[in-house]
Amino acid sequence: MSDATLLQINNLSCIRDDRVLFEHLSLSLAGGQMLLVEGHNGSGKTSLLRILTGLKLADEGDILWNGVSITKLTADYYEQINYVGHHDGVKRELTCLENLRLVQAMGKPADMDLDDALEAVNLYRYGDTPVSNLSAGQKRRLALARLLVAESTLWILDEPFTSLDKKSMASFETMFEQHLQNQGMIVMTSHHQIDMPESNLLRLDLSA
Amino acid sequence: MNRLSLSQAFIFLLRRDLTLVFRNRGELANPLLFFVMVITLFPLAIGAIPELLARIAPGIIWVAALLAAMLSLDSVFRSDFEDGSLEQLLLSAHPMPVLVLAKVCAHWLVTGLPLLLMAPVLAEMLGMASEAQGILLLTILIGTPVLSLIGSIGVALTIGLRKGGIILSLLVLPLYVPVLIFAASAIDGAGAGFDVSPQINMLLAFLFLSVSLSPWATSAALKMSMS
Repeated sequence: MSDATLLQINNLSCIRDDRVLFEHLSLSLAGGQMLLVEGHNGSGKTSLLRILTGLKLADEGDILWNGVSITKLTADYYEQINYVGHHDGVKRELTCLENLRLVQAMGKPADMDLDDALEAVNLYRYGDTPVSNLSAGQKRRLALARLLVAESTLWILDEPFTSLDKKSMASFETMFEQHLQNQGMIVMTSHHQIDMPESNLLRLDLSA
Repeated sequence: MNRLSLSQAFIFLLRRDLTLVFRNRGELANPLLFFVMVITLFPLAIGAIPELLARIAPGIIWVAALLAAMLSLDSVFRSDFEDGSLEQLLLSAHPMPVLVLAKVCAHWLVTGLPLLLMAPVLAEMLGMASEAQGILLLTILIGTPVLSLIGSIGVALTIGLRKGGIILSLLVLPLYVPVLIFAASAIDGAGAGFDVSPQINMLLAFLFLSVSLSPWATSAALKMSMS
């Protein structure tokens, strides 16, 4: 990861059912910075995040990754990002370890051992437990473990703290800070109070 | 650690899908049970007239196989769509068409292959001529992958719709008809002692065409459905 890593949002607009969610949105995010997207329900937070992943197309404007549009980069860009959306994206029928192995197989595996990753999200004893036996919070923690096992620069997180308790929230905040220190980038939405250093935190309020 | 090669990723996803089905065995039996039930009901309804049954056997078996394939189509992407795994696959660093092909292969192994294994028993039950039976199996072997491949495009297009079922049938069924026609005609011809290589070649052409084109169409349709 070099200092040059840069995500630019250029004049972005999103319209849904004739309603303008946001328009002419421009900003840029450099390595080590985090963007916190705020706004009331239905203000377009999830839409913005999905546009950033490339899953959804913007009605106007574009996203540049190091100066190149992400619609041109596709797989080269996907390799750089890690997305955790509303859905956990884990299979109920598979065990925790099997799910993480799948994440590694589909992405770029990080150096971290799978057991260490499970320990980091406090699921160490659950490696061979089917996900269907986990609680909602545990499932969420497993979904977030993908951030550790697949290497990426940009984390795009949609309400990552849903169903997490205070203790796990704090440990994930530490993990996020670590990622920022390694020149990573985070874009996330959260209804929870975020307890992170303000110095590298950008806020974007979509309801304004 | 390095990224998996494309073929490793293909095999990994194929194995994952097979594991998923194995842990959800009810799904596995469903299309096969449908196939067997439809075919066993025909002699009961029409009556035990061996000549008639032997005459219509190719048609019955193929129509049942086609409907069984269609019945099972939705499961190719449904659960992945609902739990968010499909989003993650689309965001994978591997090319989506290859991943789609892995999923369709897995789908064929659990829905098409059982039909192929069951068909000889059912053909014998209906009294099909023995020279036609070999060709029946050949057409099922070539034809059912085509059904899965074409069907996956339809599923990908309709996955985001809440009531996609009926549209899926309308969309996919017309595309299945050529396969049905050539397969049934090949079996008929073989029963009558003709050379059926033209029909088999046509079916092979359908197979190669759909293997090479449908994964691309399916991944484009999935991207559209997800946005």
